[in-house]
Amino acid sequence: MAIIRVENLVKSYNGKEAVRGVSFDVKEGETFGFLGPNGAGKTTTINILCTLLMPDSGYAFVDGYDCITQPHRVRSSIGLVFQEITLDNELTAYENLKFHCYMYNMGKRVTEERIDEMLETVGLSDRREDLVKTFSGGMKRRLELARGLIHRPKVLFLDEPTLGLDPQTRSSVWDFIMKLKEKEGNTVFMTTHYMEEAEVCDRIAIIDGGHIIACARPDDLKRTIRGDTIYVRTTDDDRAQKEIEEKFRIKVRKVEPGLALLVEGGEKFIPRLFEALSTGIVAVNLKKPTLEDVFIHLTGKHIRDTGNTGN
Amino acid sequence: MFSYKAIYVIVLREFKRFFRQRGRLVVTILRPLLWLFIVGAGFTRIVQSSGGIDYIQFILPGIVGMTILFSSIFSTISVVWDREFGFMREMLVSPVSRVTIVMGKLLSGTSLSVFQGTALLAVAPAVGIRIDPERILYMMVFMTLVSFAITAFGLLVASFLTSLEGFNVIMNFIVLPMFFLSGALYPVGSLPDPLRWIAYVNPLCYGVDSFKHVLLPVEGVFGAEFPLYVDIIMVSIFFVSMTALSAFNFERRK
Repeated sequence: MAIIRVENLVKSYNGKEAVRGVSFDVKEGETFGFLGPNGAGKTTTINILCTLLMPDSGYAFVDGYDCITQPHRVRSSIGLVFQEITLDNELTAYENLKFHCYMYNMGKRVTEERIDEMLETVGLSDRREDLVKTFSGGMKRRLELARGLIHRPKVLFLDEPTLGLDPQTRSSVWDFIMKLKEKEGNTVFMTTHYMEEAEVCDRIAIIDGGHIIACARPDDLKRTIRGDTIYVRTTDDDRAQKEIEEKFRIKVRKVEPGLALLVEGGEKFIPRLFEALSTGIVAVNLKKPTLEDVFIHLTGKHIRDTGNTGN
Repeated sequence: MFSYKAIYVIVLREFKRFFRQRGRLVVTILRPLLWLFIVGAGFTRIVQSSGGIDYIQFILPGIVGMTILFSSIFSTISVVWDREFGFMREMLVSPVSRVTIVMGKLLSGTSLSVFQGTALLAVAPAVGIRIDPERILYMMVFMTLVSFAITAFGLLVASFLTSLEGFNVIMNFIVLPMFFLSGALYPVGSLPDPLRWIAYVNPLCYGVDSFKHVLLPVEGVFGAEFPLYVDIIMVSIFFVSMTALSAFNFERRK
């Protein structure tokens, strides 16, 4: 069953189209990634789904409710973690969570139980009574994750949840996201422009220039890139290049240092390479295609270089 | 969804923030005292008393009005603040209606203002104005009405502001003229023509006048200038229209 359904969504700001006819479905329980460079239309789409923006045309449904005509119903079904921190620095961790629970009309006893439970899950029980302004970036993110899920939403929206965090904190935040998802059983809809983070998704939609240009499982997307890259260094690269090109009829590129060749089934090719070469082999390296390669393949550009920062 | 629980927690948050921001707390306590005991004491020497009322006594209702004005407007800046620091989004994506959020902000601004205004009445005996439970009760009723009106006005202004810089402009070009044309420091009847007309559409002018009815029940230039029912009607009209406009403005989605 589709918990999110989007059909032909269009939204423009000041005559510039940010989202141009986007359609997709997200199944219940899925982790769905929305990938694209800055300015591709990710945040606009998420804001429409969260009822913060009205689309110019098209439809969006979350948990069976219409984002346009039933915004209050949709809001009860979703939890959010935005790009920027939206905690109150002058309140404690406990007070921020309590504020949230009361806004979602939760009872006093349930509120207390859930606060204890969620703080425990994100490892902030001992910071419960501390003001949020004393927290590190990673701790704030964890508290926001706890807050986003405390009212047991069906869908958790994460808009660039690790933006501005250092690599170590980023990976710990992802651990918490996955741990929470496992425990709460919610659907996750996330945007990111860190390609490697999208690996955790069950399915990925790649968006560029307001269009979805691909939507599939990460492994299937990677399979669209035909082949792996093998880097090889030999005692005589010129001779090795000639031998490989003659025996396997594939194009060999010279890289510094050594050679690079694009083949299908790289693991199986390496032993054959060893047999075929008369030169000594110094080093071999196999590189599987990444989502970054997929993105370059589909759009012809690197995800970090494209677009501007307009969100 | 309209939710009393949400209103309660919005008000609770504003009170917690108020008592945690030490600087704001100190300014809040000192500002009215500076006006009363420095400006008031200075002018008392050169302004003739009238109807048995000294100048320092005359400005007490106005200083209460000023406290409410600054407190109400300052509490609505939290809307701009919340927007700038993202917390507004936390409220906007919750299932409670926009009207609930507006009511929560309105109630928190009002209760903080009435709280400060009431606290200020404690200095009334120090300038020779008698204070008793009946007067305090009447003052609280009128202060509540005025605070509602000004907070609602502040919310409307805040809904158009996108940055905290804009707030400085508001402070200087709206709040200060509202104070100076409220009858706080001189009777509005003595103002030259165009200024007097502006004073007549200033809700604080009627608010301060209602405080004079309670605290300075005398005839003459230092007494109230309008009948009490006019004060109540004018402030109420202002309150209702401003609340409706700011609720409407909040309900829009772009």
